[in-house]
Amino acid sequence: MSVLTGVLGRRAGRHGPALALGILPIAFLLVLFVYPVLRLLLFSVENGSLAHFEKALTDGLYVQVLLATFEIAIVVAVICLLLGYPVAYLLATASPFWAGFGFALLLLPFWTSVLVRTYAWMIILGRNGIFNRTLLELGIVDQPLALLHNTTGVLIGMVHVLLPYMVFPIYSIMKRVDMQLLSAAEGLGASSAQAFRRIYLPLTLPGVFAGMTLVFIISLGFFITPALLGGGRVMMIGVQVERLVRQYLDWSLAAAVAVILLAVALGVAAFFRRVLKGDLTWT
Amino acid sequence: MTDTAAAGATAANLNVTGLELSNVVRRFGAVTALAGVDLTVRAGELLTILGPSGSGKTTMLKVVAGFELPDEGSVRLGVHDITVASPARRNIGMVFQNYALFPHMNVAANIAFPLEMRRMAPPMIADKVAWALQTVGLTGYDRRMPSQLSGGQQQRVALARAIVFDPGLLLLDEPFGALDRKLREQMQLEVKRLQRRLGLTTLFVTHDQEEALVLSDRIAVMNEGRLEQLGTPQDIYAHPRNRFVADFIGESNLFHGRVTAIEGGIAVVAVASDLVLRLVAMAGMRAGAEIGAVVRPERPRRLGSGEAADNAVEGELVEAVYVGESIKYRLRLSSGAELLVRWPFRAGGEMLGGGARLRVGWDARDMHAVPWS
Repeated sequence: MSVLTGVLGRRAGRHGPALALGILPIAFLLVLFVYPVLRLLLFSVENGSLAHFEKALTDGLYVQVLLATFEIAIVVAVICLLLGYPVAYLLATASPFWAGFGFALLLLPFWTSVLVRTYAWMIILGRNGIFNRTLLELGIVDQPLALLHNTTGVLIGMVHVLLPYMVFPIYSIMKRVDMQLLSAAEGLGASSAQAFRRIYLPLTLPGVFAGMTLVFIISLGFFITPALLGGGRVMMIGVQVERLVRQYLDWSLAAAVAVILLAVALGVAAFFRRVLKGDLTWT
Repeated sequence: MTDTAAAGATAANLNVTGLELSNVVRRFGAVTALAGVDLTVRAGELLTILGPSGSGKTTMLKVVAGFELPDEGSVRLGVHDITVASPARRNIGMVFQNYALFPHMNVAANIAFPLEMRRMAPPMIADKVAWALQTVGLTGYDRRMPSQLSGGQQQRVALARAIVFDPGLLLLDEPFGALDRKLREQMQLEVKRLQRRLGLTTLFVTHDQEEALVLSDRIAVMNEGRLEQLGTPQDIYAHPRNRFVADFIGESNLFHGRVTAIEGGIAVVAVASDLVLRLVAMAGMRAGAEIGAVVRPERPRRLGSGEAADNAVEGELVEAVYVGESIKYRLRLSSGAELLVRWPFRAGGEMLGGGARLRVGWDARDMHAVPWS
């Protein structure tokens, strides 16, 4: 806790100069981001009525889509965690050369737009795609696997895009863990598995929570990947909002759904923050 | 004796077993960190490995703890060969240089950790933790987090955690380095008392020779992967076996010279044309031998005019340093060599100024020879 208050204290102390430096970017965000978003959200309470919220929350379709979105976001976050934790561990313990190499591989996709990457997945995962053809030719499967235009495709695409968001926070926490603690644990009689479970895992949990929060919240609002890899059959809230705006021109309902999404995302972020804080002050 | 019988016997008296390293070799690529070390730590003894950084002392500690495996040789603890045993199975308590307390566990949980790993029953763990806390004088600190403790308290917790499971050996890896001088001296004495009281066989690693002299039953001086000398602190201080030990332990004056004659057990050593020293001849010493002549700075005394001594030199005072209970003077002798002397400083005593000329002398038995090459 003292660490936390220390950080907060220092932040407060730096507030003045930080504010001066931040005026331009803050103004930029206010004018070009916050204002348009607020304008858009105002559509949801058109004429001071909450009717659109009522429709969004009572219409089975939107509730269902919201739940499906949650489900996908959770699954994506869990898969990213299972893949990302070992990757982060490898990067955190590798020699500088291999760590740099690993980071290059991890960052490479960032230099390519999500759209291009999503199309690439369509080519790879399609019925006649590289992946299925290879499997067929090797005789591993008789029928091409359905990897596109379904939840599987969406999950693959989203995990690919979001994995770095899981790896980085975990990596940065892992880098700060004193590896001598593991030696100490083993010297005190712990097996490597026990040392991991009792020492390393608890100490890296803040990174896990941070990564989970990031991936989960970004997943909630994902649009391009579910739209293209889901082929219109996987409904996520982002896809639904786009459809409301473009096809039904129902900006008010779209705004209401967007507000609900924003509220949920903020709620989840707040929840994880609490868990994180509890973890730091509790044990 | 069967294996089980041996194991049973040791379990009962692990505390009174010693550590034995035989011909331990550890290489890292082309670098030989340990070049065949033989060392026995007797049961209940505090033995210090003393050496400069890079001498191999840390590697030795790791080999004993099990964090490094030796390329050759064996390590025995009591009747057990632990050369390749995992760290977890060695039953060795270690206090790390930076304590390595688990930051997410409170004091009690830290100390309970080795007991939990040994699947001890919770009530017994509670008793043991309370005992360990009391032993290191931290009763009532169970619920504190390591970050809420001072450096000295953290060290006590680390010590409690290392002794709570009745280890066969206690390893101390430069544990006092991070403490300020006063606290360091206090902790040294406490550790020493504790080690005595519990009869813990202890291997202590440090580069601080003063610390080694204060704490140790015996000291093993290491350099470049080898043991240079093994002996009691008094022995090592008074009779360094070679140049390295003479230079590394305490302050000393080392003169390079050639034995010109041996007269009645006293060797006459020519250092320079106008500097001839006399020291007690070693067994087997012959005229013509090239040696180093060592005299500790507290040995020379000031000579009055006309007063004679086995070794008498005259020099100009080039530096005087007041170090509290004594003053250190650096003299430049006419031969160009320098002599460091340290004399007690009494209240009201005068401190000599730079440029003064002094005559100092010491007995042949205050000086001894070390091999030069």
